[in-house]
Amino acid sequence: MTLPTTAGAIRRAVASGRVTATEVCQAALGRIREANGLLNAFRYVDDEGALALAAEIDRRREELMHLPLVGVPVALKDNICTRRMPTTASSHVLEGYRPPYDATVVERLESAGAVIVGKTNCDEFAMGSSTENSAYGVTRNPWNPERIPGGSSGGSAAAVAARLVPLALGSDTGGSIRQPAALCGVTGFKPTYGRVSRYGLLAFASSLDQIGPIAACVEDVALVTSVLAGHDPRDATSANAPVPDFAGAVSEGSLTGLRVGVPRALIANGVEPDVLGAVQAALEVLAGRGAKLVDVDLPHSRHGIAAYYLIATAEASSNLARYDGVRYGVRSRGDRTLLDMYEHTRGQGFGPEVKRRIMLGTYVLSAGYYDAYYRKAQQVRTLISRDYDSAFEQADVIALPTSPTGAFPLGERTSDPVLMYLADVFTVGANLAGVPAISVPCGFTSAQLPVGLQLTARKMDEATLLRTAAAYEQLTDWHEQSPVNR
Amino acid sequence: MSSTLAPDEVERIARLARLSLTAEERDLFARQLTAVLQYAEQLREVDTEGVAPTSHPLALSAPLREDEVRPSLPRPDALDQAPDADREAGLFKVPRVLGA
Repeated sequence: MTLPTTAGAIRRAVASGRVTATEVCQAALGRIREANGLLNAFRYVDDEGALALAAEIDRRREELMHLPLVGVPVALKDNICTRRMPTTASSHVLEGYRPPYDATVVERLESAGAVIVGKTNCDEFAMGSSTENSAYGVTRNPWNPERIPGGSSGGSAAAVAARLVPLALGSDTGGSIRQPAALCGVTGFKPTYGRVSRYGLLAFASSLDQIGPIAACVEDVALVTSVLAGHDPRDATSANAPVPDFAGAVSEGSLTGLRVGVPRALIANGVEPDVLGAVQAALEVLAGRGAKLVDVDLPHSRHGIAAYYLIATAEASSNLARYDGVRYGVRSRGDRTLLDMYEHTRGQGFGPEVKRRIMLGTYVLSAGYYDAYYRKAQQVRTLISRDYDSAFEQADVIALPTSPTGAFPLGERTSDPVLMYLADVFTVGANLAGVPAISVPCGFTSAQLPVGLQLTARKMDEATLLRTAAAYEQLTDWHEQSPVNR
Repeated sequence: MSSTLAPDEVERIARLARLSLTAEERDLFARQLTAVLQYAEQLREVDTEGVAPTSHPLALSAPLREDEVRPSLPRPDALDQAPDADREAGLFKVPRVLGA
């Protein structure tokens, strides 16, 4: 018997009793066991806990069959707190840490009947664009194991791309859901800032961080977003706004009258020809479905990377002050004073990229440099947001490549931080402006590496975004390609 | 903006950030952070005269809640993951703070 593969199909099959949650869970655990030696997508797999949950779902099927994710195996990026499993953000400083509480998204997933199977590898504290900054080894791209999977949610993207699980959560501070989704040929969605509670997400840059899903199709993204979204009193920045029916939005097919804005000047330089070609072809598909292509301008977005890396590191230098060896995590041994203990714990516990970012953030916030760097970057952030506001007067969604290149070779950019940061050139804008953005597969480079189309919409207008992405998906089969069936 | 970070400046920042660095790290970070700051120099081109800084993407209100007593993290749970603690007394233990 073949088991269903998408979250939607699994839910229907489990609810109807055609398959059991246990069968689905065992199959996922089997695939992970087989593939993880090569990919290193998972940091931790909780076979026993997952099977116990699945067995409970099977026992109480009649009662639980209405749940939107009943029996669906889900993986979580390792920066999302779970009581049942260690949570390390792929850092040595949190080796073995077991949080005393579950993140809000964990509670919501489990209340919706999902079966969380494990934690995925990522760049340490979500700082990176290739998953090479994990303290626990690189994750490999399932399309080509000599290439990076993107980052920082590289383990989540690789796990979905290799069809180990139908659904995974990531976090996106400057593109960390969308870029790995693009480079692994799957769909990744960053909702509007504040749409999903950050309670229980290990903070990197609090004004930019957002949790979101990675899946193989837009329908699954919509399904899980309906579960994740909503106000949470435990996150003061979570939006107190009604949550629309995202699953309903993706069933409307037509794009007639939809205006798709293309910032031509922004993508004129620095985009690989194969990537640009695939994105152009995708725009024609949208136009063929009734969308109207319009030119828009995002003149300040070329400064997005500079503004982003000053703001994000400033916030990170503050957020990561808590890892001091006192209340949790690893402590340096044998120090005679508290100050020595702090400095050694942090010096030994953090990897090089995290130290670089803490240093940069500390510097731009320090006396004499605050106005020149940090405040200046915050002002440029205002201008970038205003550009989006103006562009959204002329367009309902904005289309861009997700990444300027396909997946690059392992090791290629690790010694050059600026080159690594430029991988995020088209994704940081959505975080700085707080708008929702999605990446959907739209083709391959000549080296057979996946390319992603990024769509962005107005704040809180995820419904239009998901409807557009779903319409594109219905007309193409890029999302059905997988390294498993090639 | 000063766009070069000398190794002794890196040392000063590391102190502020409570990070011990090796000599190699100090020299490497001096080069790499200089490159990042030079890249960031481009922001100088942008006219930001009179532009309000954005510290947050949402126009936030300050929501109030009822001042009710609610359960908080139990002390044993809070101490559970500590590298060193006196669990009976309910205290985190650290090396000496003064007079070392």
